[in-house]
Amino acid sequence: MTSARASSATSPRSPLDFPSALRESGVVALVTFGLAFALVGFRAEDVPGGLDIRFRFDEVMAVTAVGFIGRFAWILLRQGRAFPVAVTALPFGAAMVAALLGPLYAPAAKLERFVVFGDLVVNWLLAIFALGFGGRAAWLIWHEASSITPEAREERMDRIGAAIQQASRYVGPLLLGLALALPFMPFADRRLLDIAILVLTYVMLGWGLNIVVGLAGLLDLGYVAFYAVGAYSYALLALHFDLGFWTCLPFAGIMAAFAGILLGFPVLRLRGDYLAIVTLGFGEMVRIILLNWYKFTKGPDGLSGIPRPTFFGLPMTANPPEGTQSFHQFFGLEYSSVDRIIFLYFLILALAMITNLFTLRIRKLPVGRAWEALREDEIACRSLGINPRNTKLTAFAIGAMFGGFGGAFFATRQGFISPESFTFIESAIILSIVVLGGMGSQIGVVFAAILLIGLPEFFRELQQYRMLAFGAAMVTIMVWRPRGLLAHREPTIRLEDARLKSASADSGGQPP
Amino acid sequence: MSVPATRAASAENALLSVEHLSIRFGGLVAVDDVSFTATDRQITAIIGPNGAGKTTVFNCLTGFYKPTMGRLALRHPSKGEFLLERMEGFHIAQTAGVARTFQNIRLFPAMSVLENLIVAQHNMLMRASGYTVLGLFGSKVYREAEKEAVDLALYWLDRIGLTNRADDAAGNLAYGAQRRLEIARAMCTRPVMLCLDEPAAGLNPRESGELTRLLMAIRDEERIGVLLIEHHMDVVMGISDHVVVLDYGKKISDGSPQAVRDDPAVIRAYLGEEEDEDLPPEVARDIGEERS
Amino acid sequence: MGYLLQQLINGITLGMIYGLIAIGYTMVYGIIGMINFAHGELFMIAAFISIISFLVLGLAGIGWVPVALLIVLAATMLLTSVYGWALERVAYRPLRHSPRLAALITAIGMSIFLQNYVQLLQGARIKPLQPVISGGFQFFTDGKFTVTLSYLQILIAVLTVALMLVFTWVINRTALGRSQRACQQDLKMASLVGVNVDRTISLTFVIGASLASVAGLMFLLLYGVIDFFIGFLAGIKAFTAAVLGGIGSIPGAMLGGLLIGLIEALWSAYFTVEYKDVAAFSILVLVLVFRPTGLLGKPDIEKV
Ligand SMILES: Nc1ncnc2c1ncn2[C@@H]1O[C@H](COP(=O)(O)OP(=O)(O)OP(=O)(O)O)[C@@H](O)[C@H]1O
Ligand SMILES: [Mg+2]
Repeated sequence: MTSARASSATSPRSPLDFPSALRESGVVALVTFGLAFALVGFRAEDVPGGLDIRFRFDEVMAVTAVGFIGRFAWILLRQGRAFPVAVTALPFGAAMVAALLGPLYAPAAKLERFVVFGDLVVNWLLAIFALGFGGRAAWLIWHEASSITPEAREERMDRIGAAIQQASRYVGPLLLGLALALPFMPFADRRLLDIAILVLTYVMLGWGLNIVVGLAGLLDLGYVAFYAVGAYSYALLALHFDLGFWTCLPFAGIMAAFAGILLGFPVLRLRGDYLAIVTLGFGEMVRIILLNWYKFTKGPDGLSGIPRPTFFGLPMTANPPEGTQSFHQFFGLEYSSVDRIIFLYFLILALAMITNLFTLRIRKLPVGRAWEALREDEIACRSLGINPRNTKLTAFAIGAMFGGFGGAFFATRQGFISPESFTFIESAIILSIVVLGGMGSQIGVVFAAILLIGLPEFFRELQQYRMLAFGAAMVTIMVWRPRGLLAHREPTIRLEDARLKSASADSGGQPP
Repeated sequence: MSVPATRAASAENALLSVEHLSIRFGGLVAVDDVSFTATDRQITAIIGPNGAGKTTVFNCLTGFYKPTMGRLALRHPSKGEFLLERMEGFHIAQTAGVARTFQNIRLFPAMSVLENLIVAQHNMLMRASGYTVLGLFGSKVYREAEKEAVDLALYWLDRIGLTNRADDAAGNLAYGAQRRLEIARAMCTRPVMLCLDEPAAGLNPRESGELTRLLMAIRDEERIGVLLIEHHMDVVMGISDHVVVLDYGKKISDGSPQAVRDDPAVIRAYLGEEEDEDLPPEVARDIGEERS
Repeated sequence: MGYLLQQLINGITLGMIYGLIAIGYTMVYGIIGMINFAHGELFMIAAFISIISFLVLGLAGIGWVPVALLIVLAATMLLTSVYGWALERVAYRPLRHSPRLAALITAIGMSIFLQNYVQLLQGARIKPLQPVISGGFQFFTDGKFTVTLSYLQILIAVLTVALMLVFTWVINRTALGRSQRACQQDLKMASLVGVNVDRTISLTFVIGASLASVAGLMFLLLYGVIDFFIGFLAGIKAFTAAVLGGIGSIPGAMLGGLLIGLIEALWSAYFTVEYKDVAAFSILVLVLVFRPTGLLGKPDIEKV
């Protein structure tokens, strides 16, 4: 394609179709106006004795203008006319930043009068957006390049995905090494470790769900139910029978697996979206039961005082009960509350790694291959003598089991659980991690979890925008790369491995 | 190598005997009181115009449809007799040893060619892996079984000439290669009877010739029974030992290729069809003579 | 007896609301084969637009109920349709040829986004509305219980039936309906024979959104309180209704909606309110076990 600079220097080869560009921008502006008119333009405010209404029409106009100008700039960029975009967007963005920073550094100038919106975050977004647009335009001018086609981009990402997947032999251990070293880094404060534990929990859950969705291709929207079963199994066993974390962990897994089979049976015949709604319903049912079976689960009050895990029988507390020794006493260390966090961190790291190794291994076993085959074509599976019912049930059960382990960990980490932690949104988040990472890709789950869980945690201050950004990110990433960030499937056996396995080279004749 | 052409398919030594098979979909009787037999080490062709009910017969044999009426007896050389109409689909392939291919190819497109062949040996491997438990710990029994499975897969890979594509996704193969792979996959289940639904559809003449040789080799070397649905008359007349003709769900003819070709009922059924390729011209006759 | 009758009336009213939302699910599913998870949020947005419209009308001094209702209905349908249209354009159209799971994830993402968008703009507190329509017939008394059919319930029933009639006419008699049915049968073929597929899909979203917007308005009038989270549960219930009725079937969606409404009302009346959703889901599972494609869905022939 032609360069932007050439086009602005010499006479343009195809004149910009001004009317149609205006029309297109006008449509966008109209739609933006329609979207913003009611919900942005008015705000129903609580006042004593009812609702009052507040008007924000200036913001509606601003949003509409942004829609129009943004679309117009986009059209210009698409047609390789970067120059006008760069010269307007960059100064505008810079001016916005100045106006936003003004009150901090030069309050006298009253620069805040010039900002567009009432909301600080929205203003910053607009500034960043303008700078991004301008920057992109400037980059295009500088490199005399035009934007690449979506296909080329998709292909490039595919290659990156394949490369990372193939390099996972090195990337995996590298990441593991980093994860092992993390707690001992100087910057690893308690907050970072907490975030890391959270991310690892979702990595583990993602890997567990990956068995069901990524490998077996069963769309499960109720995975959180198994997480809940695991958490409550551990909590109830520990509270009623005074059992420790390590004794209960297997039980939590078994109970969850059992729940998986229980769910699996009625839904075996269902396909695709019917399965999705039934699993979703199952998740909600579990939550409702937990919420209302007060005698057993304490309902919305939740269960508290769930015992913490011990390090080979050594509790991680400052003051252990009479006659027992705690971790720091045993090792003659100064008590530090962060020790417990580090311990939890390694615990979830170990659980996650077990899930990962298990999945990697089972993929190469007949069940694992049958799961993938079932995902590809159930009818063909039946014609080969694969029992679809048992195969699906094992996928449900094993996926659920890891969910249960994750739940037990969650309970022991929090010390308190209530049905509120097990809502549909959790299932949705775990599923998004699996799909965004690239279905079936183990490394992809790690990246997606860091992106979706870790990153937003650092912006806790922007609490109210967090989920908004989360939803927007899900949409953007999927639209940008529909098959997931690192979608690439590595065969479970390659010809070289097969030749190695078939040790004797002369066995090429008639098979037994 | 050669099979005695005179060997008649009598009910006593039949591998498969279909008796009074009928199936109805709502008002439509798709298969109407069809009986025939198929013998091992023979290729039994089922032919007939479009919509005659050929695929439906296969679907009954392999448990995808439950027949409304009829008896489908398979005499397994080592395991005794199975009544297929009473068995679940996957069970038929698993224990009775009936393998099939599909009219619209059904491979596992995202899995590699080699994996397709190994998945086909699922049941054997599953047992050897102690239903996964032993396999997880890499037991010796499983490793041996896996080696055996890999050997069989490599053998068939070589037979169908796809060794150099072993690591490619099955969905990326050319059409003809996919057809061959599907046959190889069915063979990897170690069947006693192989049911092929239009294996030559969409193949060019060269590929079609290769396929013919492959099918004859399967019959003569693996010594299993082959049931073949096919529209290419040169293929049918060239390699089948016994032909069954269906029309509107009814059997209208049954016998050796020559006998069927000259049967007035068959000619009538096909003349209404105006598919000029269908009724064998001299070409088919030539191949037929070459064979017998 | 009277109590049962009252519960039936309540259940049917609720069921109509579910049914109207369910039609949106089922239409979208029928055409592009995806669960529009964000559909419940359209219902929620509609409820908010309605409450804002009522407040604005109150300020403007338009107090005569029929006129106010008509204006609110028109405004809500129009503005919610814009959301439906934009939703398809932004989140689903780019993914039309992608794996189905991708579209499901964007749908969930959109649902999360819209919930938080409304929460941010309108606040998280519940919004109450003074009853707009009150009163009703007390047409039956059996000693201890009086059965009431409120004017509001009549309005809801009349509106639903009218919408269904118009809607059926659109689907069966107009060019739009014809393209829609063509797309439902075979999207690719329809585009080959000259159906404007993009436009048809857009219009499907617009119609679905406007039906959901009527449901949102009815919900607001019926319960008088809304918050940004109502879309989730109503959406799930309506989707359950669509599946129960047989997804892809429009009469099925209404039937499923009515059934879910009735199950909820009766279960709450005779058993425990808390477990009404459990009951609805259990019945769904039971129905699907015996009829895997729902009550009025076409049986799914396994073409081998
Ligand atoms: N599941 C089903 N439900 C209803 N009708 C069916 C079903 N399966 C097959 N049929 C009908 O049965 C008849 C026979 O179909 P079948 O597929 O067996 O024909 P065929 O001989 O294989 O034809 P072709 O040569 O075109 O493959 C057709 O009329 C078909 O429409
Ligand atoms: Mg056929």
